[in-house]
Amino acid sequence: MSNGLALLSIFVLSVFVGFEVVAKVSTTLHTPLMSGANAIHGIILVGAIAVANNATSNLQLILSILAVVLATINMVGGFVVTDRMLEMFKGKKKEVK
Amino acid sequence: MNRNLYDLLGLVAAICFIMALKGLSSPKSARRGNIIGAIGATLGTVLVFWAPGSSHKHLSLILGAIAFGVLVGVPAARRIQMTQMPQLVALFNGVGGGAAALVSTVEYLKLGNGATTAEILATVFTVVVGCISFSGSIITFLKLQELMTTRPVVFPGGRFVIAATLAGVVGTAGWVINSGGTSPLLIMGGLSLAFGVLFVLPVGGADVPIVISLLNAFTGLTVAASGYVLQATLLIVAGTLVGASGTILTRLMAAAMGRSLFGTLFGAFTAKPQESSGAAEVRPVKSGSADDVAILLNYAQRVVIVPGFGLAVAQAQHTVRELADLLSGKGIDVAYGIHPVAGRMPGHMNVLLAEAKVPYDIVMEMDEINADFPNTDAVLVVGANDIVNPSAQDDPNSPIAGMPVLEVWKAKTVVVFKRSMATGYAGVDNPLFFKENTRMLFGDAKKSVDDILAHIPA
Repeated sequence: MSNGLALLSIFVLSVFVGFEVVAKVSTTLHTPLMSGANAIHGIILVGAIAVANNATSNLQLILSILAVVLATINMVGGFVVTDRMLEMFKGKKKEVK
Repeated sequence: MNRNLYDLLGLVAAICFIMALKGLSSPKSARRGNIIGAIGATLGTVLVFWAPGSSHKHLSLILGAIAFGVLVGVPAARRIQMTQMPQLVALFNGVGGGAAALVSTVEYLKLGNGATTAEILATVFTVVVGCISFSGSIITFLKLQELMTTRPVVFPGGRFVIAATLAGVVGTAGWVINSGGTSPLLIMGGLSLAFGVLFVLPVGGADVPIVISLLNAFTGLTVAASGYVLQATLLIVAGTLVGASGTILTRLMAAAMGRSLFGTLFGAFTAKPQESSGAAEVRPVKSGSADDVAILLNYAQRVVIVPGFGLAVAQAQHTVRELADLLSGKGIDVAYGIHPVAGRMPGHMNVLLAEAKVPYDIVMEMDEINADFPNTDAVLVVGANDIVNPSAQDDPNSPIAGMPVLEVWKAKTVVVFKRSMATGYAGVDNPLFFKENTRMLFGDAKKSVDDILAHIPA
């Protein structure tokens, strides 16, 4: 199998996994789930670091460093705000009399 | 690092993301799921520094950029009021889309003429969709933060301008694919940014959360596409997971609001100008006093509280909980009725009530509570409007026609806490206020509830 085709297979299989894992989510968790998924796509940080590492011109370096900053905000901020929301959900369970 | 070990650890990170999404879809495992996701992201990030064949020329610059991003992102996430959380998610999503577009652009510049057609196609996709996601998210942020109007923005000839912009995006994309080069790519990016703005402007305030969710899915797909350009499996898996789950989530949200996705996105084009039905006529409303409401509650057997975004704005959720505690202490049956889209986003109200430490077991979803209203003595509608509007069921011409609503008017008495007679987020009149069994309690919700508390005998 060619490399491109292997990557395409990974893509198609991931689509099915993505559909499957959230199929039964309750409305209560829509907001945290959206926020958590949002944090996960912050993984573009990995791509930003990779291109910054191998930048061959100043323009490439500037753009990729900007991408590193934006991706870090997305990823770190996303996980922190999701945790803040879910922390309160947990507290609610304990409060039940 | 050895290539096989590197790929294997990348696979571990990918599995973490799958477990994270799985965990996030059930309340018990949600927090753990999020933490697993964060571990996966950290693993992936640390790993890339040891990628086989990478140089460390710009290491300090990169670490500095990460530190700067953390310094911006963490305080924003920590300090944000829970009421403003949807716009923060929109903003985080936008910068993610922008980052993906930049990453693909840099890789494209680096590949130069050596890029394969598939790589160019993936780059074009990432830059177009990443730019749309970036500028679109900024507009949703401005709308939710009320820095601009929350109403649909439609201007004469708007649809032609949008169509022309879209044609321009497609045209320049063809140019990039055919001839390559830097300038076509930049022009395409600029047009995509403009398209993102034009695409979100006509969306009405209440539908903005659906757009955020959709843009979130878009950003996921751009991350996957840039993963293809960079030959990074982890990016493909993570981006695709978000793209696929985000699509499902968007459809679920649209269903909860009784909207078709198409209608939401293109509603502003097809909708007729809103007729302000009965806006001119001044109809009488019955206003009550805190004293009356206190007596009413004191003799009730079953009370349902329907909170809306106004409750959180007035910071009344703690006072309302005190009132609920007092009433249930008297043996009165108290429950909360939550509309799926109460607040600014589906599930947002659950987050806000959780913050006020409202017990989970008395918070009812719409389907559970709607059957109960005929047996309810008093409903307290606190800062909610559109979600208790009977015209969604009665008036087929209403802009919110077909949206499922809480049928509070079936209860014996409805008390509406409201600042003024202004319309809600959707900008629609509410006939509930003029019904025979409705009492209006004007003023700040927190102060009104305080007054009622003072009037209820202990």
